[in-house]
Amino acid sequence: MANAEIQRSKPRPLSPHLQVYKLLINMVMSIVHRITGAALYFGTLLLAWWLIAAATSPSYFDFVTGLMSSPLGLLVLFGFSWALLHHMMGGLRHLIWDTGRGFDLETVDLLSWGTIILSAGLTVLLWIVGLVMKGGA
Amino acid sequence: MSETLRPTPSPTAARIRTPLARARGLGSAKSGTEHFWLQRVTAVANALLVIVVLPQIIRLAGADYATAKGALSSPFMSLPLLLLVLSGMVHMRLGMQTIIEDYVHSEGSKLVLLMLNTFFVIAVGLACVYAVAKLSFGA
Repeated sequence: MANAEIQRSKPRPLSPHLQVYKLLINMVMSIVHRITGAALYFGTLLLAWWLIAAATSPSYFDFVTGLMSSPLGLLVLFGFSWALLHHMMGGLRHLIWDTGRGFDLETVDLLSWGTIILSAGLTVLLWIVGLVMKGGA
Repeated sequence: MSETLRPTPSPTAARIRTPLARARGLGSAKSGTEHFWLQRVTAVANALLVIVVLPQIIRLAGADYATAKGALSSPFMSLPLLLLVLSGMVHMRLGMQTIIEDYVHSEGSKLVLLMLNTFFVIAVGLACVYAVAKLSFGA
Protein backbone atom coordinates (compact mmCIF):
# COMPACT_ATOMS: atom_id res chain seq x y z
CA MET A 1 0.00 0.00 0.00
CA ALA A 2 2.70 2.45 1.06
CA ASN A 3 4.64 1.60 -2.08
CA ALA A 4 1.62 2.28 -4.27
CA GLU A 5 1.13 5.74 -2.73
CA ILE A 6 4.74 6.70 -3.28
CA GLN A 7 4.46 5.61 -6.91
CA ARG A 8 1.40 7.76 -7.43
CA SER A 9 3.04 10.92 -6.09
CA LYS A 10 6.29 10.43 -7.99
CA PRO A 11 6.49 7.94 -10.88
CA ARG A 12 9.51 5.72 -10.58
CA PRO A 13 11.80 5.30 -13.58
CA LEU A 14 10.94 2.26 -15.68
CA SER A 15 13.18 0.07 -17.75
CA PRO A 16 12.62 0.30 -21.50
CA HIS A 17 9.88 -1.95 -22.80
CA LEU A 18 9.03 -3.48 -26.20
CA GLN A 19 8.36 -0.14 -27.95
CA VAL A 20 12.05 0.88 -27.92
CA TYR A 21 13.15 -2.17 -29.87
CA LYS A 22 12.98 -2.67 -33.61
CA LEU A 23 10.11 -5.05 -34.38
CA LEU A 24 11.48 -8.38 -35.55
CA ILE A 25 9.56 -11.20 -37.22
CA ASN A 26 10.18 -13.61 -34.34
CA MET A 27 8.66 -11.08 -31.90
CA VAL A 28 5.57 -10.80 -34.11
CA MET A 29 5.29 -14.59 -34.44
CA SER A 30 5.65 -14.96 -30.67
CA ILE A 31 2.69 -12.75 -29.82
CA VAL A 32 0.64 -14.05 -32.78
CA HIS A 33 1.16 -17.57 -31.43
CA ARG A 34 -0.41 -16.47 -28.15
CA ILE A 35 -3.21 -14.54 -29.87
CA THR A 36 -4.11 -17.45 -32.16
CA GLY A 37 -4.02 -19.77 -29.13
CA ALA A 38 -6.50 -17.55 -27.30
CA ALA A 39 -8.67 -17.28 -30.44
CA LEU A 40 -8.73 -21.07 -30.81
CA TYR A 41 -9.68 -21.36 -27.14
CA PHE A 42 -12.89 -19.46 -27.81
CA GLY A 43 -13.18 -20.92 -31.31
CA THR A 44 -13.84 -24.33 -29.74
CA LEU A 45 -17.30 -22.90 -28.99
CA LEU A 46 -17.96 -23.03 -32.75
CA LEU A 47 -16.94 -26.69 -32.94
CA ALA A 48 -19.10 -27.55 -29.92
CA TRP A 49 -22.03 -25.59 -31.37
CA TRP A 50 -21.76 -27.38 -34.72
CA LEU A 51 -21.56 -30.82 -33.05
CA ILE A 52 -24.46 -30.06 -30.71
CA ALA A 53 -26.50 -28.87 -33.70
CA ALA A 54 -25.81 -32.14 -35.52
CA ALA A 55 -26.89 -34.03 -32.40
CA THR A 56 -30.07 -31.97 -31.97
CA SER A 57 -32.23 -31.96 -35.11
CA PRO A 58 -32.03 -31.53 -38.90
CA SER A 59 -33.70 -28.12 -38.74
CA TYR A 60 -31.34 -26.79 -36.06
CA PHE A 61 -28.34 -28.22 -37.97
CA ASP A 62 -29.52 -26.43 -41.12
CA PHE A 63 -29.93 -23.21 -39.13
CA VAL A 64 -26.37 -23.39 -37.73
CA THR A 65 -24.70 -24.42 -40.99
CA GLY A 66 -26.72 -21.66 -42.70
CA LEU A 67 -25.21 -19.11 -40.32
CA MET A 68 -21.75 -20.57 -40.80
CA SER A 69 -21.98 -20.39 -44.59
CA SER A 70 -23.12 -16.75 -44.56
CA PRO A 71 -20.41 -14.25 -45.62
CA LEU A 72 -19.69 -13.35 -41.98
CA GLY A 73 -19.75 -17.01 -40.97
CA LEU A 74 -17.31 -17.96 -43.72
CA LEU A 75 -15.01 -15.11 -42.68
CA VAL A 76 -15.03 -16.37 -39.07
CA LEU A 77 -14.37 -19.94 -40.21
CA PHE A 78 -11.57 -18.74 -42.49
CA GLY A 79 -9.99 -16.94 -39.52
CA PHE A 80 -10.51 -20.00 -37.32
CA SER A 81 -8.81 -22.28 -39.83
CA TRP A 82 -5.88 -19.87 -40.28
CA ALA A 83 -5.50 -19.54 -36.49
CA LEU A 84 -5.47 -23.34 -36.19
CA LEU A 85 -2.83 -23.82 -38.88
CA HIS A 86 -0.75 -20.88 -37.67
CA HIS A 87 -0.77 -22.12 -34.09
CA MET A 88 0.13 -25.59 -35.36
CA MET A 89 3.07 -24.28 -37.43
CA GLY A 90 4.18 -22.10 -34.51
CA GLY A 91 3.92 -25.10 -32.23
CA LEU A 92 6.12 -27.19 -34.54
CA ARG A 93 8.66 -24.32 -34.50
CA HIS A 94 8.61 -24.40 -30.70
CA LEU A 95 9.05 -28.19 -30.70
CA ILE A 96 12.17 -27.74 -32.86
CA TRP A 97 13.44 -25.11 -30.41
CA ASP A 98 12.63 -27.46 -27.51
CA THR A 99 15.31 -29.82 -28.82
CA GLY A 100 17.86 -27.01 -28.43
CA ARG A 101 18.27 -26.57 -32.19
CA GLY A 102 17.65 -23.59 -34.44
CA PHE A 103 18.63 -20.72 -32.17
CA ASP A 104 21.09 -19.01 -34.50
CA LEU A 105 19.69 -15.80 -36.00
CA GLU A 106 19.30 -17.03 -39.60
CA THR A 107 17.39 -20.12 -38.48
CA VAL A 108 15.20 -18.09 -36.12
CA ASP A 109 14.32 -15.79 -39.04
CA LEU A 110 13.76 -18.71 -41.38
CA LEU A 111 11.50 -20.56 -38.93
CA SER A 112 9.55 -17.39 -38.12
CA TRP A 113 8.93 -16.47 -41.77
CA GLY A 114 8.22 -20.14 -42.50
CA THR A 115 5.49 -20.13 -39.86
CA ILE A 116 3.50 -17.28 -41.41
CA ILE A 117 4.13 -18.28 -45.04
CA LEU A 118 3.19 -21.92 -44.48
CA SER A 119 0.14 -21.11 -42.36
CA ALA A 120 -1.21 -18.59 -44.88
CA GLY A 121 -0.41 -20.84 -47.85
CA LEU A 122 -1.94 -23.95 -46.30
CA THR A 123 -5.07 -22.05 -45.25
CA VAL A 124 -5.69 -20.75 -48.78
CA LEU A 125 -4.94 -24.18 -50.24
CA LEU A 126 -7.37 -25.96 -47.89
CA TRP A 127 -10.11 -23.44 -48.65
CA ILE A 128 -9.63 -23.83 -52.40
CA VAL A 129 -9.86 -27.63 -51.98
CA GLY A 130 -12.91 -27.29 -49.72
CA LEU A 131 -14.74 -24.89 -52.03
CA VAL A 132 -13.99 -26.98 -55.13
CA MET A 133 -15.29 -30.11 -53.37
CA LYS A 134 -18.38 -28.27 -52.18
CA GLY A 135 -19.03 -27.02 -55.71
CA GLY A 136 -18.53 -30.52 -57.13
CA ALA A 137 -20.81 -32.22 -54.57
CA MET B 1 15.14 -30.08 -9.64
CA SER B 2 16.95 -26.99 -8.34
CA GLU B 3 17.10 -28.56 -4.89
CA THR B 4 20.86 -28.96 -5.07
CA LEU B 5 21.36 -25.27 -5.87
CA ARG B 6 19.71 -24.10 -2.66
CA PRO B 7 21.65 -23.31 0.47
CA THR B 8 22.08 -26.35 2.65
CA PRO B 9 19.09 -26.54 4.96
CA SER B 10 19.65 -26.49 8.69
CA PRO B 11 20.24 -29.94 10.21
CA THR B 12 16.72 -29.84 11.69
CA ALA B 13 15.05 -29.02 8.35
CA ALA B 14 17.06 -31.70 6.64
CA ARG B 15 15.86 -34.23 9.20
CA ILE B 16 12.17 -33.17 9.00
CA ARG B 17 12.06 -33.39 5.20
CA THR B 18 10.99 -36.89 4.15
CA PRO B 19 13.14 -38.81 1.68
CA LEU B 20 10.18 -38.86 -0.72
CA ALA B 21 9.87 -35.05 -0.65
CA ARG B 22 13.59 -34.72 -1.34
CA ALA B 23 13.39 -37.23 -4.17
CA ARG B 24 10.48 -35.40 -5.77
CA GLY B 25 12.40 -32.15 -5.49
CA LEU B 26 9.35 -30.01 -6.10
CA GLY B 27 10.11 -27.46 -3.37
CA SER B 28 7.65 -24.83 -2.24
CA ALA B 29 6.11 -24.34 -5.71
CA LYS B 30 4.60 -27.85 -5.32
CA SER B 31 5.05 -28.53 -9.00
CA GLY B 32 7.85 -29.34 -11.37
CA THR B 33 7.94 -29.54 -15.13
CA GLU B 34 4.54 -31.28 -15.56
CA HIS B 35 2.94 -28.14 -17.02
CA PHE B 36 5.66 -27.76 -19.65
CA TRP B 37 5.75 -31.46 -20.49
CA LEU B 38 1.98 -31.94 -20.68
CA GLN B 39 1.74 -28.90 -22.98
CA ARG B 40 4.25 -30.60 -25.33
CA VAL B 41 2.62 -34.04 -25.18
CA THR B 42 -0.81 -32.59 -25.98
CA ALA B 43 0.73 -30.34 -28.66
CA VAL B 44 2.09 -33.37 -30.51
CA ALA B 45 -1.20 -35.26 -30.03
CA ASN B 46 -3.20 -32.26 -31.29
CA ALA B 47 -1.02 -31.89 -34.39
CA LEU B 48 -1.36 -35.57 -35.33
CA LEU B 49 -5.10 -35.66 -34.63
CA VAL B 50 -5.77 -32.44 -36.55
CA ILE B 51 -4.15 -34.04 -39.60
CA VAL B 52 -6.65 -36.92 -39.28
CA VAL B 53 -9.74 -34.89 -38.38
CA LEU B 54 -9.43 -31.68 -40.40
CA PRO B 55 -9.71 -33.27 -43.89
CA GLN B 56 -12.85 -35.12 -42.78
CA ILE B 57 -14.41 -31.88 -41.50
CA ILE B 58 -13.49 -30.05 -44.73
CA ARG B 59 -15.17 -32.85 -46.66
CA LEU B 60 -18.38 -32.05 -44.75
CA ALA B 61 -18.43 -28.44 -46.02
CA GLY B 62 -21.92 -27.82 -47.32
CA ALA B 63 -23.03 -31.38 -46.55
CA ASP B 64 -26.67 -32.05 -45.71
CA TYR B 65 -27.79 -33.31 -42.29
CA ALA B 66 -27.85 -37.03 -43.12
CA THR B 67 -24.33 -36.94 -44.62
CA ALA B 68 -22.92 -34.97 -41.69
CA LYS B 69 -24.61 -37.21 -39.13
CA GLY B 70 -23.38 -40.33 -40.89
CA ALA B 71 -19.82 -39.04 -41.09
CA LEU B 72 -19.74 -37.87 -37.46
CA SER B 73 -21.00 -41.21 -36.16
CA SER B 74 -18.36 -43.18 -38.05
CA PRO B 75 -15.64 -44.41 -35.67
CA PHE B 76 -12.95 -43.19 -38.09
CA MET B 77 -14.25 -39.69 -37.46
CA SER B 78 -15.64 -39.85 -33.93
CA LEU B 79 -12.69 -41.58 -32.25
CA PRO B 80 -9.97 -39.19 -33.49
CA LEU B 81 -12.36 -36.30 -32.87
CA LEU B 82 -12.95 -37.37 -29.25
CA LEU B 83 -9.22 -37.82 -28.71
CA LEU B 84 -8.63 -34.35 -30.18
CA VAL B 85 -11.26 -32.86 -27.88
CA LEU B 86 -9.66 -34.50 -24.81
CA SER B 87 -6.11 -33.56 -25.77
CA GLY B 88 -7.26 -30.09 -26.83
CA MET B 89 -9.03 -29.52 -23.49
CA VAL B 90 -5.84 -30.18 -21.53
CA HIS B 91 -3.75 -28.10 -23.95
CA MET B 92 -6.07 -25.08 -23.98
CA ARG B 93 -6.49 -25.10 -20.22
CA LEU B 94 -2.71 -25.02 -19.72
CA GLY B 95 -2.30 -22.33 -22.38
CA MET B 96 -4.99 -20.05 -20.99
CA GLN B 97 -3.62 -20.62 -17.48
CA THR B 98 -0.25 -19.27 -18.67
CA ILE B 99 -1.89 -16.23 -20.29
CA ILE B 100 -3.87 -15.46 -17.11
CA GLU B 101 -0.84 -15.87 -14.88
CA ASP B 102 1.22 -13.62 -17.17
CA TYR B 103 -1.22 -10.70 -17.35
CA VAL B 104 -3.46 -10.81 -14.27
CA HIS B 105 -1.57 -9.75 -11.17
CA SER B 106 -4.35 -9.20 -8.67
CA GLU B 107 -4.63 -12.38 -6.62
CA GLY B 108 -8.45 -12.32 -6.47
CA SER B 109 -9.07 -11.79 -10.19
CA LYS B 110 -6.43 -14.36 -11.00
CA LEU B 111 -8.07 -17.04 -8.86
CA VAL B 112 -11.50 -16.29 -10.34
CA LEU B 113 -10.19 -16.37 -13.92
CA LEU B 114 -8.23 -19.59 -13.36
CA MET B 115 -11.41 -21.17 -12.03
CA LEU B 116 -13.47 -19.87 -14.98
CA ASN B 117 -10.80 -21.29 -17.28
CA THR B 118 -11.33 -24.75 -15.83
CA PHE B 119 -15.13 -24.40 -16.00
CA PHE B 120 -15.03 -23.20 -19.63
CA VAL B 121 -12.76 -26.01 -20.79
CA ILE B 122 -14.79 -28.73 -19.08
CA ALA B 123 -18.10 -27.30 -20.30
CA VAL B 124 -17.02 -26.98 -23.94
CA GLY B 125 -15.23 -30.34 -23.88
CA LEU B 126 -18.16 -32.16 -22.35
CA ALA B 127 -20.56 -30.55 -24.84
CA CYS B 128 -18.44 -31.96 -27.71
CA VAL B 129 -18.20 -35.40 -26.10
CA TYR B 130 -21.93 -35.45 -25.42
CA ALA B 131 -22.77 -34.49 -29.00
CA VAL B 132 -20.43 -37.06 -30.55
CA ALA B 133 -21.66 -39.76 -28.16
CA LYS B 134 -25.28 -38.98 -28.96
CA LEU B 135 -24.57 -39.06 -32.70
CA SER B 136 -22.72 -42.36 -32.34
CA PHE B 137 -24.99 -44.23 -29.92
CA GLY B 138 -28.29 -42.34 -30.06
CA ALA B 139 -31.30 -43.44 -32.05
